[in-house]
Amino acid sequence: MTTTTDSTAYPDLTRLTAVQMADALAAGEFTSVELTQAHLDRIERLNPALNAFLLVDAEGALATAANVDEARAAGEELPRLAGVPIAVKDIACTRGLTTTAGSRMLEHFVPPYDATIVTKLREARMPILGKTNMDEFAMGSSTEHSAYGPTRNPWDLERIPGGSGGGSSAAVAGFLAPLAIGSDTGGSIRQPAAVTGTVGAKPTYGGVSRYGIIALASSLDQIGPCARTVADAALLHEVLGGHDPMDSTSIDAPVPPVVAAATGTRDLTGLRVGVVREIGGEGFQEGVQARFEESLDHLRALGAEIVEVSCPHFTYAMAAYYLILPSEASSNLARYDAMRYGLRVEPDGSPSAEQVMASSRDAGFGDEVKRRIILGTYALSSGYYDAYYGQAQKVRTLIARDFAAAFEQADVLVSPTAPTTAFRIGDKLDDPMSMYLNDIATIPANLAGVPGMSIPSGLAEEDGLPVGIQILAPAMEDQRMYAVGAALEARLTEAQGGFVIERLPEVPERAPAAAPHTRSDETEEARA
Amino acid sequence: MSNLSRDDVAHVAMLARIELEEHELDTLAGQLDQIVDWVGQVNEVAAADVPPMSHPLPLVNVTRPDEVRPSLSAEQALANAPDPEDGRFGVPRILDEE
Repeated sequence: MTTTTDSTAYPDLTRLTAVQMADALAAGEFTSVELTQAHLDRIERLNPALNAFLLVDAEGALATAANVDEARAAGEELPRLAGVPIAVKDIACTRGLTTTAGSRMLEHFVPPYDATIVTKLREARMPILGKTNMDEFAMGSSTEHSAYGPTRNPWDLERIPGGSGGGSSAAVAGFLAPLAIGSDTGGSIRQPAAVTGTVGAKPTYGGVSRYGIIALASSLDQIGPCARTVADAALLHEVLGGHDPMDSTSIDAPVPPVVAAATGTRDLTGLRVGVVREIGGEGFQEGVQARFEESLDHLRALGAEIVEVSCPHFTYAMAAYYLILPSEASSNLARYDAMRYGLRVEPDGSPSAEQVMASSRDAGFGDEVKRRIILGTYALSSGYYDAYYGQAQKVRTLIARDFAAAFEQADVLVSPTAPTTAFRIGDKLDDPMSMYLNDIATIPANLAGVPGMSIPSGLAEEDGLPVGIQILAPAMEDQRMYAVGAALEARLTEAQGGFVIERLPEVPERAPAAAPHTRSDETEEARA
Repeated sequence: MSNLSRDDVAHVAMLARIELEEHELDTLAGQLDQIVDWVGQVNEVAAADVPPMSHPLPLVNVTRPDEVRPSLSAEQALANAPDPEDGRFGVPRILDEE
């Protein structure tokens, strides 16, 4: 590769933040082709161990990069992130690029159109590196439920990178991509960010278009940015956000001023930060709680006032969520009927359409998807509807009211993002309930539709793994969480001598032998 | 709350059009029984007077002008079909054999 770059100024392009990449590209310090190639090289070297990407589109990414370089050389005015590469969760339809949602059902599905957010990435002229691994149809908290093998955490290859967006979090944490797309239905952006030492934001429900996103639970799903810094996340948030006439649930209002907030004042004087009494304590790892308390001290030092708030119905949020989500999922996933697209399995003889559907859905769906479809079908069935789905919707109202009351006492709410650091691959695979309980801190925000973000608060003493702090804001006040996140990040970075992610150990090029509970046959296949 | 038997799970799986194998039924029935028992705790909340919330946004009847716009060609729409035939989706028989 010919290069005019001063290699001593940038020994490794992949280590820069997206802001630094954008600035250096604009200043002509290196080209987008060089930057994109540096990421493709790292993907080629480390993806066999991490399994973060299900598909790499080197050709497409380099073509976009070359195009940006030409435009820049010609003096064209370009969007802020033009030429900065990005990874896209395999839940977003990409025209001409296989989109599986982590499922066998869509193994060969090539979308004929782009999701609106993908169109926006193309308009922002960001090279798309590829599609990232995820729990099948975004159902899970570990990325172990992918039909294409688990993704591994760059901090420790024997641990999970969170889920469902573990491919995106591992790609960003492992410096395989500076930015990635996530989707958050119950924490799938925030929890993976927490366990990989990265930043993830779930915008206000309706803040980002979902046209072309493979639906899980439509009253909960939201698309958002995955990044290594708060400012990087804000830049991507701004690219993604805004009204889309193709999505009837998209909010017709300007994108909240997240970039200004992320790069504005670090002074939090007068800000009221609420600690939710019901999130924390029992079940929360000691090192997680310790880092959280430490962050509260930093927030106080920044001028914020810490107040305790109570959200009594959060205790029932998990149960309500695991009724509402499966109910909506069972309806959304009814579309996989083996008739118009997706896997078709025909039993012997002269099977009827219904028999073909049933066989195809048995073969195409993994265990977790089947569990949730059956649970949802049961919760919606006649005779049980009122006691389950109907009652869960009422509890949802009470949770939204709890938020409303809490936001009268506090400007933002904070909690640990996840109760523990990354658990070991295989540890919770046979116990769905314990996997579900991992989402305890993130789920209330989805039920109420409020925005939330996770930023790294440090490493846990006992295992040296990353811990995240969650910041929640009222609906359409996304900029508040960015302002608080950026101020806390700056303070933590100063106190800890750098970003948490800079302490990532060298990622081994080979994964350890599969843990006994992993779907090792498929892992081997994915590595091949 | 009633618990979920193996037969219940088989029945609901049929409603959801998933042909479970015997060993899947064995595993799923136990797990689902435990999960249903746990989610049933929503009934501990007194909420008789509380309106249900189906969605976080107060949106109703979002419409757009009914105008002709470009759409997928038949070829694009059929490109992912398991059994395209004469520009249509080929499907298995929909009637019983009797």
